[in-house]
Amino acid sequence: MSYHDYHEDGVSRRRVLECMTWAGTGVLWTVTGGVPRSLGLIGSAEAAEAAGMSFLQISDSHIGFDKPANPNAKGTLEEAIEKIRAMPAKPSFMIHTGDITHLSKASEFDDADRIISQAKLDVHYVPGEHDIIDEEVKLYKERYGRGTRGAGYYSFDAGGVHFVGLVNVVDLKGGGLGNLGNEQLEWLENDLKGRSKSTPIVLFAHIPLWTVYPQWGWGTEDGARALDYVKGFGSVTVLNGHIHQVMQKIEGNVTFHTARSTAFPQPAPGTAPSPGPMKVEDSRLRSLLGVASISFKQGDQRLAIIDTPLQG
Amino acid sequence: MRSINRRDFGFAVVAAALVPAGVGRADEQAVPLAIHIDNFVFAPAQLTVKVGQTVTWTNRDDIPHTVVCVGKFRSKTMDTDGTFSFTFTVPGDYRYFCSLHPHMTGMVKVE
Repeated sequence: MSYHDYHEDGVSRRRVLECMTWAGTGVLWTVTGGVPRSLGLIGSAEAAEAAGMSFLQISDSHIGFDKPANPNAKGTLEEAIEKIRAMPAKPSFMIHTGDITHLSKASEFDDADRIISQAKLDVHYVPGEHDIIDEEVKLYKERYGRGTRGAGYYSFDAGGVHFVGLVNVVDLKGGGLGNLGNEQLEWLENDLKGRSKSTPIVLFAHIPLWTVYPQWGWGTEDGARALDYVKGFGSVTVLNGHIHQVMQKIEGNVTFHTARSTAFPQPAPGTAPSPGPMKVEDSRLRSLLGVASISFKQGDQRLAIIDTPLQG
Repeated sequence: MRSINRRDFGFAVVAAALVPAGVGRADEQAVPLAIHIDNFVFAPAQLTVKVGQTVTWTNRDDIPHTVVCVGKFRSKTMDTDGTFSFTFTVPGDYRYFCSLHPHMTGMVKVE
């Protein structure tokens, strides 16, 4: 997949492409975790006054993971939820971009539900590859798939924004990347058809919809088609998880962003022998885990995204 | 600006997969019908066996993996230290992959 394949508004588009963040073997990425904490989680009176809405993203809670990179993934999810509860301005809802559990066990889903429900927010889920590995591949759908299509994709509207939850972790092909598949892509095209181009669009899925690092499978085979369907919209935000680190890219009207995990960090592309869990000193762990808050103000083209680590 | 195309990707995967096979660790030579998963790589990436022989895959990563050969065999999810065995009764090339991380690929050649 190549971004050369997208065609849009001529020169300005091309300039954007030239400025894109690809360089050498990987991507240059903006770490927004360095945002001063005082700007913090949408707290402030300012956010309350603004005509708009805010929501939260959590991702990759991997309940059941107990390896050295974080023997207590349950505990760090609890800390993340505690942080959300302590926020001065209550977000409208939360999205979870998959890998709720580590091994799709009923007990892991139960633990995740018990902890996440403490946030007392509606949660919109999409599955990660770790959520569909129970023998009968039914637990995720039973719990989170009501009213969804296929393996769990759907759309909804909130605060003037159109949200689309996509599934790119099923029916993967040998040698390939994440996969949306024809049926889902056709549905997406129809779902977006006829909507006002001024409607802000948020696409969320587990694996990045753009190609971050294919050598580690960090990308979606047919993600370009999904991005093609949103290219006429004035404001598009693509939110993903899977890579357990913050990475952001802005391309024309599209902002791509990945959230931290609440369970364990993964290495930056190409900096380790594999994308597996990264063991860091205990004192650093919580600075590499966290949540993202996203706010939308009427009239602003871009949604503001603030990543907040559990600590630091 | 240039993104990585599929051909480079395929080459990178093959190159990465071949490295551990070439190193040829002693324990693997002693047990030639074992395929190990380390760092999201099947090693050896290609293994030649005789009809009737059994191959055992072992996951040594902190992340679960699977072994899937479309239309032939499909393992359950193997957590850390989990294993899967398959006995090959028909000659041929069996290309397989991990259904969770499909960039992980390997082949068993049955003679």
